[in-house]
Amino acid sequence: MTLTDDAFDFVATLVRQRSAIQLERGKEYLVESRLAPLARTAGATDVDSYVRALRNDVTKHDLVVEALTTNETSWFRDANPFAVLHTTVVPELVGRGRRDFRIWSAACSSGQEPYSIAMTFSEHFPALRPQIIATDLSELMLDRGRAGEYTQLEINRGLPAPMLVKYFERTGATFQITPSIRNQVHFRHHNLLEPAPLGGPFDIVFLRNVLIYFDVETKRDVLRRVRMSMAPDGYLFLGAAETTIGVDETWERIQVGNTSIYRPREGKTR
Amino acid sequence: MKALVIDDSRVMRKIVGGILVDAGFEVVEAADGQEALDQMTLNDDITLCCIDWNMPVMSGFEFVVEVRKHVQWRDVTLMMITTEGEQGQIVRALAAGAHEYVIKPFTPEVILDKLQFLGLVEMKETV
Repeated sequence: MTLTDDAFDFVATLVRQRSAIQLERGKEYLVESRLAPLARTAGATDVDSYVRALRNDVTKHDLVVEALTTNETSWFRDANPFAVLHTTVVPELVGRGRRDFRIWSAACSSGQEPYSIAMTFSEHFPALRPQIIATDLSELMLDRGRAGEYTQLEINRGLPAPMLVKYFERTGATFQITPSIRNQVHFRHHNLLEPAPLGGPFDIVFLRNVLIYFDVETKRDVLRRVRMSMAPDGYLFLGAAETTIGVDETWERIQVGNTSIYRPREGKTR
Repeated sequence: MKALVIDDSRVMRKIVGGILVDAGFEVVEAADGQEALDQMTLNDDITLCCIDWNMPVMSGFEFVVEVRKHVQWRDVTLMMITTEGEQGQIVRALAAGAHEYVIKPFTPEVILDKLQFLGLVEMKETV
């Protein structure tokens, strides 16, 4: 049975209110596939009847929002940004005298991105110990990140074998990240619609593959809050399909190879 | 670019070979390490080997050790694709000269991620 328009609209409104993520018509398949496991667990006959029951059960709303806002992730996702981090961004900031790096990995999902950042520092700048604040909307994902335990399928996604050997230990069927890396990452609940998390001003912010889900107004709003949380000479990494151009002109784009990075234009940190 | 897929399972050779063909490789196959060495001698333009561990005649590990003895093959990228997931095995393979290690089962994206990192296919950022 396909999802009724009514049920879809209810879920889309709930997700938009909680996370600002826009679920346009045509994304019915996404709602169905993400909510089907929840419907099964709840003993509902199908997603439609599960959504009907949701209207009177606010305790399940968090689960629904989580199911629809959790996205695929991998180690060193797209590789290029991590190369730019160690070839360009960190050396430049070190050149300005920076030693104590504060980094924000926003919408960090199950932790692959912040841990990839920590491993990049460990590989290339072992004398530097960055403080990495990793935030996500989903408590479930934050718990997974804190545990630092990954299945073999998750480990296969993008983690170079030499890094697996160096920074993980096999514990039964899973691989756990080593304490020296795990201790550098602090997981915190955060909604991008709210003020930036404590721990700044941030020298580097990763906000990758998040803005694509927002409308222009929300993008501008999120970018403004990110800018306010950053050091004046800090750098922002966005996803490949994302840009500040045409959204918020207070950012300067810097092209490094195939990767664009951004920094606040002078005097525009506030 | 030419790749050599080494696995005693014909099905697995087809799966891995299919992923590599889609990524732009020409693919040759071998069913064990010895056959693979023969293919390496016949095809001097092989740039990548995807290697199962457990095979009859000559194992994937022995093949890696053998390849690394020959200077003319020093630029060939060696990627293990195996069910052997113990950390000690991975360390052994890397120490012997393998560049990458994929634990079965895997998805095409896993192989493509690795090829991107190894610089064998063009880096594409994901959305």
